[in-house]
Amino acid sequence: MTIADSRVQAPFGAREVAVTTTEQIGPYRVFGCRDELGPRPRAGQFYMLSSSDHWGAGSDERPYLPRAISVLAADDDDLLFVIEVVGPGTERLAQLVEGDGLQMLGPLGNGFSAPDEGARAILCGGGIGFVPLAMMQQELLTAGREVTALVGFRDGAHAAGARLIAGAQVATDDGSVGNEGLVTELLLAELDRDSNAVIYCCGPPRMLDAVRAIGVASGAATQLALEAPMACGYGACYGCVVKAADGSYRRSCVDGPVISADELAPDWLAVGGAK
Amino acid sequence: MTVNLCGIELAHPVINGSGTFDVIAARRVFGAAVDEQFPFSAFVSKTITIEPRRGNPPPRLFETAAGLINSIGLPNRGLAEYLREELPQLATLPVPLITNVMGSNADEVGVLFEALEDRGEIAAIELNVSCPNVKTGLDIGSDPAELSTLLAAVREKTTKPLIVKLTPNSANVALVAAAAEAAGADAVSLINTLRAFAADPARPGEAWLGGGTGGQSGPAIRAVALAQTVAVAQAIDLPIVAMGGIATAANGRQFLDAGALAIAVGTESFRDPAAAGRIGAALT
Ligand SMILES: Cc1cc2nc3c(=O)[nH]c(=O)nc-3n(C[C@H](O)[C@H](O)[C@H](O)COP(=O)(O)OP(=O)(O)OC[C@H]3O[C@@H](n4cnc5c(N)ncnc54)[C@H](O)[C@@H]3O)c2cc1C
Ligand SMILES: Cc1cc2nc3c(=O)[nH]c(=O)nc-3n(C[C@H](O)[C@H](O)[C@H](O)COP(=O)(O)O)c2cc1C
Ligand code: FES
Repeated sequence: MTIADSRVQAPFGAREVAVTTTEQIGPYRVFGCRDELGPRPRAGQFYMLSSSDHWGAGSDERPYLPRAISVLAADDDDLLFVIEVVGPGTERLAQLVEGDGLQMLGPLGNGFSAPDEGARAILCGGGIGFVPLAMMQQELLTAGREVTALVGFRDGAHAAGARLIAGAQVATDDGSVGNEGLVTELLLAELDRDSNAVIYCCGPPRMLDAVRAIGVASGAATQLALEAPMACGYGACYGCVVKAADGSYRRSCVDGPVISADELAPDWLAVGGAK
Repeated sequence: MTVNLCGIELAHPVINGSGTFDVIAARRVFGAAVDEQFPFSAFVSKTITIEPRRGNPPPRLFETAAGLINSIGLPNRGLAEYLREELPQLATLPVPLITNVMGSNADEVGVLFEALEDRGEIAAIELNVSCPNVKTGLDIGSDPAELSTLLAAVREKTTKPLIVKLTPNSANVALVAAAAEAAGADAVSLINTLRAFAADPARPGEAWLGGGTGGQSGPAIRAVALAQTVAVAQAIDLPIVAMGGIATAANGRQFLDAGALAIAVGTESFRDPAAAGRIGAALT
């Protein structure tokens, strides 16, 4: 099954916008910016972001390239992003304050597609992967669709992120908030109740692979949002590939990041996908 | 400043580095704006080989201080698909086309040249000689004698201008450039990526890249590229297309001042697809 192309095209070239709002939610940094030039993105699309000043010479003498970041929410002129600091690029983005300049290219990639008429959507996120799902949830709720949100976090501190995705059932690895265990257990329980549902997933590679396997085994239509490292975000470098079911390598920035579970090779994780 | 590169009129001196811009993907992402605001004065294709290549397994990228190590592995759909599927789409671009090819011996390069010969859409050929000789393991383009032999065998197979893209991984790039000139090249381009190793931060001693080793590009290699451009400009009279870490018009100016006729932007386009257009406008 291939997913219908769901993308809004980007203006050609990086543009500078200003950061307008910032907020700390547990370990996550949320910031908004005013983007009058760009179109309104679809859920699952992303932007390549870097700071206008002091991008570089952080730890490891990086960052150099912009970073791929999903959009959390958008209206005609404003975009919201959420950052989890894992290295020098996300560290710099998380330091941005109101008035700072942000370089952006986007919206990029192929976003999520709506479920077939009458089918319920189950959103299944892990950690920072809740971001594109939160936007999909808003799109579906606005369209009057039925949505169930499940999110897994590693601990109670990270579970603070659940505030950004309405009515989510939460699982934590240590049981400090919500269910103790994996979010995939919640997913299996939901699928038991409704085998017609469509699964939307974004999360760390191992979780994404578990959901891929569940989707393939159950036959439920499953849309996965990949997070392969990227250099360009627009198909120029061929660096962001994942192994596809037909053995070819697909660029996750232009053929994804959203791809159907059965389009991914069963061994994609072993072929570089875990990095 | 318009530029005449082997008879090809360029509106400004900035073209793209092979393999660093994909017009067909860019049109999906940016739509008609790609053609309307095309940043390069000529378009160089990624390296085309006779047979299709999948490329290397991921990970293919490793970021460094001011640059990038890549191990992409020259993925392409092969000569036949390039001619049938891609070339017609590239031919509608508002700029001349240069097709970059690679073969592992003179027979393969000859087949590639002959197949491109009667395609009028192609203004010039760029020959990527950063290809290991299967027998010696050395890059064909790292040895002046080997490059001479190759070019002598294939030069007659094309009437199109022939740009030889030199590898920076040779003992003396000026000698290799002189060999290319003597064997009938119409221009040279340099530099390709510098051989580089990315150590896996989590597994001491192991390679990060799926392909093992890779090639370094970006500002980190600019000074090396400039040194090689100076050396080649002193050694030969052919036009030079220089590249390696060019990110601003001031960078580009240094390569032109060193003797290059045109320059190419590669890795900087990853940071901003419109960068080369700005550089081109500033240098016009
Ligand atoms: C489509 C998409 C959407 C995303 N959305 C979001 C989002 O909404 N919010 C968010 O916070 N993140 C998001 N990410 C992830 C984010 O892009 C990465 O976390 C970020 O690029 C990491 O950059 P860094 O400099 O902080 O860390 P890095 O150190 O660059 O990356 C962290 C990991 O990369 C590896 N690594 C280490 N050194 C290097 C090196 N030199 N070169 C390459 N890799 C290295 C290691 O495995 C390390 O753990 C998204 C990614 C994609 C592809
Ligand atoms: C991701 C990537 C892919 C490349 N692919 C090719 C290629 O297919 N053929 C080729 O001759 N050079 C290729 N190159 C080399 C570039 O064309 C250029 O010579 C080199 O990157 C130096 O310029 P830069 O620092 O501006 O990128 C590639 C470089 C990068 C970074
Ligand atoms: S990130 Fe460059 S091709 Fe996908």
